[in-house]
This record gives sequence, structure tokens and C-alpha cells, in this order.
Amino acid sequence: MVNVKMREKCKLLIAVTLFMIIVCVAPAEGDALKKASFIPQWVPQAQFAGYYIGLEKGIYRKHGIDLTIITGGPDYSPSELLTDGRADFASLWLSTGIQMRAGGEKILNIAQIMQRSALMLVAKKASGIERPRDINGRKVGLWGPVFQIQPRAFFKKYGLTVQVVPQSFSVNLFLRDGVDVASAMWYNEYHTILNCGIEPGELTTFFFHEHDLNFPEDGIYVLEETYRRDPALCAAFVLASIEGWRYAFDHPGEALAVTMRNLQKEHIPTTLVHQKWMLERMKDLILPEKGGDAGMGGLLPADYSRVARGLRSIGLIESVPRFTSFYKVIRDSDEK
Amino acid sequence: MKNRGLAFKLILLVLSSVTLIFLLIFGYNYMYSRKIIIENVEKNAMNLARATVNQIDIVLTSIEKVPENLAYVLGRSLCAGEELNDLLKYIVQNNKEIYGSTVAFEPRAYDGEKERYAPYFYKSGDEIKYSDLGTASYQYFFQDWYQIPKELNRPVWTEPYFDEGGGNIIMSTYSVPFYRTVEGKKGIAGIITSDISLSWLQEIVASIKIAKTGYGFLISQNGTFVTHPKKELVMNETIFSQAEARGDEELRRIGREMIHGESGFVPFRSILTGKLCWMVYAPLSSSKWSLGVLFPQDELMADVVRLNKIVIILGVLGFVFLLLVIVFIARSITRPLSVLAGAAEDIATGNLDVAIPEIKTGDEVGKLAQSFDYMKTSLKQYIADLTETTAAKERIESELQIAHDIQMGILPKIFPPFPDMPEFDLYATIEPAREVGGDLFDFFFLDDEHLCFNVGDVSGKGVPASLFMAITKTLIKTRATKGMTPEIVLNQVNQDLSEDNPSLLFVTLFLGTLNIKDGTLEYCNGGHNPPYIIRASGEIEAVEMTGGIALGVMEDFSFQSKRVVLNKGDAIFIYSDGVTEAMNSKLELFSEKRLEGELDRLKGLPVGDIIAGVMEKIHEFSQDEPQTDDITMLIIQYNGS
Repeated sequence: MVNVKMREKCKLLIAVTLFMIIVCVAPAEGDALKKASFIPQWVPQAQFAGYYIGLEKGIYRKHGIDLTIITGGPDYSPSELLTDGRADFASLWLSTGIQMRAGGEKILNIAQIMQRSALMLVAKKASGIERPRDINGRKVGLWGPVFQIQPRAFFKKYGLTVQVVPQSFSVNLFLRDGVDVASAMWYNEYHTILNCGIEPGELTTFFFHEHDLNFPEDGIYVLEETYRRDPALCAAFVLASIEGWRYAFDHPGEALAVTMRNLQKEHIPTTLVHQKWMLERMKDLILPEKGGDAGMGGLLPADYSRVARGLRSIGLIESVPRFTSFYKVIRDSDEK
Repeated sequence: MKNRGLAFKLILLVLSSVTLIFLLIFGYNYMYSRKIIIENVEKNAMNLARATVNQIDIVLTSIEKVPENLAYVLGRSLCAGEELNDLLKYIVQNNKEIYGSTVAFEPRAYDGEKERYAPYFYKSGDEIKYSDLGTASYQYFFQDWYQIPKELNRPVWTEPYFDEGGGNIIMSTYSVPFYRTVEGKKGIAGIITSDISLSWLQEIVASIKIAKTGYGFLISQNGTFVTHPKKELVMNETIFSQAEARGDEELRRIGREMIHGESGFVPFRSILTGKLCWMVYAPLSSSKWSLGVLFPQDELMADVVRLNKIVIILGVLGFVFLLLVIVFIARSITRPLSVLAGAAEDIATGNLDVAIPEIKTGDEVGKLAQSFDYMKTSLKQYIADLTETTAAKERIESELQIAHDIQMGILPKIFPPFPDMPEFDLYATIEPAREVGGDLFDFFFLDDEHLCFNVGDVSGKGVPASLFMAITKTLIKTRATKGMTPEIVLNQVNQDLSEDNPSLLFVTLFLGTLNIKDGTLEYCNGGHNPPYIIRASGEIEAVEMTGGIALGVMEDFSFQSKRVVLNKGDAIFIYSDGVTEAMNSKLELFSEKRLEGELDRLKGLPVGDIIAGVMEKIHEFSQDEPQTDDITMLIIQYNGS
């Protein structure tokens, strides 16, 4: 009994001491914290869990950044916010980044977070589509230009002529058979389709990375100017973000709780199972079991040139920017 | 079980049988009432689901008519501008269910110029407001309400959605494509919509209350909850996301049946309460949404369960009552039986005066007690009688012993009888089968030269025979006097015996006189076994018969004597039939042959040893077999004068 009490007292003492240290140290750090802002492409779903958990757990502060995450969504374009300086860092697709760079925007990729393309085409087996050639002559739902690069390259590769139908953010058109093939993100729409009562076995899926069309997606971008002015801040942001992602994968429960809280705050309807699915897929995309030669956050020249050539081939860019002028290596020291 | 008491066996067997019967009846009753309830629930559930679905469908189909009619009108006239606006305003104003309505045109379909145009009228408080949805930011061409009917070329109900402007009410839009023929080519011109609030629908479904916790819910074509008592599910989760969250494959299967427009009645675990329910589901024919109604099993079964509880309590009470009754009955049987058993033990120790408890039940136990008492009394009487009889028998036995002593007393018993007479040796013995016998032997001198001797055998045994023997012996002694020949003696004795013989007894008799001077033996045989003469030379011969019959049978019978001469060393051996008819356990007789053999073996020995030898052989032969007849032997050896 006495021992237990003693132990309790010791614990309390340690806790108080630690608290004192933190209180004393924090202001000192606070002075040194650099303000920075970040805009993800979309709402605070599990697709960005690594950044939000990093903020929540003080990982950015630990790296000396007083970070503000601007809530993304349909009303905000991260590329615009990045170029007009409202956001210091932005999450963009690699294809978007290359397009912007080729279009003269002085932006840099400082981390390729996703190693694998999550974009996919999905069709109902009931519509008779089981192989790429079955898509010929069918109605295919496609999103905006960025999301059309891979599908169009895919059609070209297999010599398909399709009837493109602009696809909204819902999958209802596909579910009601308004289109035969729909675009989907593996971590999002694909699961939504499953959760509308369609069995995985009833679907045919075309993952682009399985058809030599791997276009890695989400990466971290910064203005060249920002990078030149404060490369340490950029490095700190990338390292903190990678640490955030690692934390999210190691503590999915916490990451999901933060995600759910943020989504509810924005009144965005979602379900825990959907966010859980998304976080699990993010791990598959960020830390793929096969490949991932670039290391976490790294961009392989091969991936870069594939995407850039893809863009050029359909005329979205005229010339391919130099890899080294586009990508600045910032490595997690743990990686080495 | 084997060694347990009667009460225990009764309780065990009766109660286990009763329990089994009770459980069978109870189980059947439960299963049957449950079946009836389920059948009723299914019937009522289907009716309720159909009625509710119809109620909703009537409203939805009436709403469908409005844009459908407008589509017909717009397909035939170029209604535009204020005219179109008035029409839309009128529709919104005069259809209370319709919240808003628009006609969204295909590019340039409105006036040949505008890329997009969609005049929209909607209720806002009491006012009807206008806005044009054809803005660059809204992009109505890519909205579900526009795109789906356009691609499918048919009217559709959109998935329910939250109206962000109108105070978070759930809405759904009915969209109807309309077509115009331009330059001879019929093509889609736009989409006409009616937005409706689903509040009324939610109210209808929410008003479904089954028992305490039963409820109804509605899911859209995607499986999204449109109404559900659990608010956080509504417009957020699908039945499939719930199935995934719960890892419930069955829920997913039911969800698929629901969105595929099927109806059914299935067991279902409530998402709200977790209780096991029955669920009926049926589709709306208009929007293809599906209504589910949950019937909590335990609440619907509450009456049956309560009834069953009462039945079980009654059963248990009955069980206890039966137990007490059996214990009482068993006691009423076993208590007197235990008392009787105690009394029986007392009696077994010889105490016949023990009191038999009075049992007035009149049943089998009462009869047993009566019989037991009667048995005790009889036993007591019997023992008293036995004691008396034993005493009487002992008295008779003692008297018989005296008679035996007397009978033996009248027979000569000193051997050698005439030690001073060297002319002959004589030895005799008698062994009666009972205390007193019917055999006799005697010898005495008629004068100085003639020795009279006889051996007889009275018919029958016991006291009468012994008395007759005594009479015979006395008569012979009386009649055999000096100068009498054996035939005279036998004739006279025969007459005496025959004269007064009420018992019709008779006696075989061999009587002889031996002249001790010359060895002449005169004899007369009255139906007796012929004696043997054992010659000094070793030959053994039977004495020749004299043709006489037993004495006491024929009064006038005339006996004849015969003579034979005994030489020195010759002997005559006379015996009664007790010798030759002695039996062994194999019912074999000792027989003349064995006797002759024995005599041959023993010849030459002193007379006493010959008799003893024969007697020993007879005992040896018959072993433990009881003696049936008196055994008498007499031997006289003539030694010369």
C-alpha cells in the first residue's frame, strides 16, 4: 500500500517536472517557430491524415514550424493558393506540378508523398467489361483534365475509342448505369461504390499502375522563391510531414479520430469505415510493398519522365522541364 | 436406487415422468404459440409495410405528374421568358409538396445563344424566390439531377441530399428530360425538376412504432439511410457501411436485396438497440427506395414469454405439491411397514407376545397387518400345540421303551443258556425294527432229552405285533409240554390264536424239538422261512418244508411234522425274514444267496460268532438304510451225547 502510494508520488513528481520543462522550453521554441501554411487538394479526409495528425501531435512544432492547414475543398484551388502566396506549401498531383512548371510557374516538388497512382477505372462485370478492349465504344465517365491523362493514355495504349461523359463527384451516374466505365480513386470512390451495395466480385478494375501508367499523385510543392529563401523551413516541413504519415500509419486509431473530428467540424458527411479504408489505401500508396525505390517522399526520375512524357504526348505541355530543376531532394534522415 | 427406500423410488420415478410430460407439453405449447405469433407478425408486417409504401408512393407519384406534364408541354411549345417563369412559379406556389422547380436547358437550347440557362423558383419562408442555376460555378450539367436522367433518357428520382440553403432539410429531386425537334432531329432540350422535401416522408416512417422499440427506416437506391431513429446514420451511412462497420455479412446481403427492389421478412439485428428483430422490407415503386420495419422479437414475444413464465411457475408449484403428496403417500405406506418389520424382527427372536400395531386403513397394508396378526396368533397356537404333542410323544416313547424292555425281558437273553449241557451250543439274537417288535424266539426243555425251540414272525410291526408275539410265545410255552410233538403244538397254538383274533394278525412259526441224546430233530414249519442245516462236513442245506401255513389264519389247519437227524457237529440256523429282506440304498435285498454265502464263510466258528458275523454283514449291507423289519436269528449246534 505504502509502496504504491510512493510510486504514485514519484510519477506525479516526474510529471510535474516534465510539465515544467515543457512550459519553460516552449516559449523559447515559440519565439523560434516559423509560421507556415499548407493547403491540401481536398477536404480533411484520411487522404491527408499524415498532415493533420502531425499538426495535432505537435510534430510540426517539434520541427520548428507553426503550421496552419488551410481547409481544402471545392472552393479552393491549391495551385492558385500556392502561386499567389496564400499558402506556403501545397499538395498537388505530380502531373499538375509538371504542368505548372512547364507552364512557367516557378514551383518545386520537394516530396513525392504518393508513390503509386490511385486513379483507376471501374466497370460492372454485368455490362460485359472484363478486359481493356471491352471498353471500346462504351460510355466512360472522366473527371477534369488532370484526371484524364492516364485514362487517355490507357485508351491510346489499347487502341480504344470511347464516348467520354464528364463525371461529377458522385458515382451515382455509374451506379444507375448512366456510364459503363467510371473514374474512381482507389481510396475513395471505389469504396463508395462497394458501400452502395456492389460486391468487389461484380466489378472489373483497371489500376493504371498495373498498365505501365503509374502516375504518382500527391506530392508537396513550394514556390522556388520560398525554397531559396528558407530551404531549412522546406526541409523541416517535409520531414515533419513524413513523420506525421509514419505516426498515422502506426496509430491508425488516433489518425482516424482526428480525421473524423475535422470532417465533422466541416459538416462533411462520412463514415469511419470509409476513412479507415482510405487510410489503409494511403499506406499502400505511400509505402507500397513493391517498388517504393525512391524511399518515402522520394521521386524517381523514371516516374517523373513517364508522367512528363505522358503530358507532352497529349499536348498538355510542350516541353519537359528538367528533373533537377523540378525536384529537390529532401530526405528523411531515418531513411538512410 | 436398488437399496433406496420406497419413498425415494416413488418420488424419483413419478416426478421424473411428470417433469418429462410437463416439459413436452410446455415445449410444444411454446413452439406452437411462437409459430402462430411469427405467422401473425409476418402477415401484419407485410400489410404495414405495403400500406406505408403505398402511402408514400401516392404522394411521390402525384409529384411525378407535375414535371412530367410540364415536359410534355415544353416538348411542344417554345414557352420561355416570363411565361416560363410564371409557369414555374405557379407550380411551386400551388403544390405544397414541391419545394422548388427548374427547367434546365441544354447549351443553346433555350434561345439558341445561352450556353446554360436554368430559371429556378423555390420556396423561402412564405415567399417564392427566383435564381438562375446557370452559373459557371454551379455547372448544372454535371449534377446528378441533370446528368443521370439525360444519360438514361428517362425520369429519375435523385439520391436524397441535404439542401444547404433551406435549413438542412433532406430533399430529393424528380428530374424529367424533355425533348424538342430541331431541324427535323429530335434531341434532348433540357431537364425539368421538382425538388421535394422529404420531411413528410421522414415523419411517416418515424411514426411507425412497433411495440416499445420497433421502428421503420428508409434507404435510398444506394442504401443510404434516408430516415432512421439513429440520426447520425441519416444521409451519412449506407446500410453497407454499417454492415462493414459491424462486420455483418448478413446485413449486407439484406441491404442488397432491399436496393434490388425485393421484399421479404427476415430475422434482423436492430442497428438501434442491438435486439434481435424480424424485419419486413418492401420497395417504393416510384423512387426504388426501400422501407424496412423492425419488429422486436422479445417484445412481440412478451405475452408468450409471460405466459410461459406463469406456466413454469405453476409447473414448479405443482411439482412441489406432487412431491409433498408422494411423500405423504409413501410415508403412509412405509410407516406401518417399518413398524411391521420391527414386529417381525421381534417375532423372529421368539417373542410371540409382541403387539402388532393396529392399522385401520383397510388397504393392502391394513390387510397385511391383519394377516400378520393372524399369523402371529396361529404361530403361537401352533407352538403351543407342538409343545403339547411333543410332550405326548415323549410319554409314548418312554412307554414304548418300557414295552421294549418288557418284550426283551420275556425273551431268553443269557448265553450260553445251558452251560452245563455239552450236547449242544445255542445262540440267538433279536433286533427289533422299532422299540417293540413282532419276532420271537424261545427254547426250553420239554423233558430231560428234548429241547424245544422256536422262531416266529408276527405279521405287522409295532405294539400290536409285539402283543401278538407275547401271546404266541405264552401259548407255545403253555402247549409245549412233555411228550408233545411240534405238529400238536402248532395245531393247538393255531387253534388258540385263530379262536380269538379280532385284529386278524397271524404268525409264521418254526418249532422244533431236538433229542439231545441222538440228534433227532422233529420240526414243524408254520409258513416260516426254511432254516438251514450246516453240516459238520461243511454242506449247507435248507430244511425240508412241512407244508404248513402261518398260524392264526385257518383254525382247522392240520400241521404235519418232519424229522431230520443232526449228527455230531451239525447245526441248524433259523432266522426271520428280516435277515434276507434287509435292504440297501439301491433297494436290493440281502437275500438267501448272500445268507448262504455268509453261513458258508462262517461255518465252523462258535455259534455266537456265526450270528454276530451274519449280523455284521447285514449292517454292512444295509449301511445307513433304516431297518424295516425285525431281525431274529437262532442257531443250535449239536455236539453229540
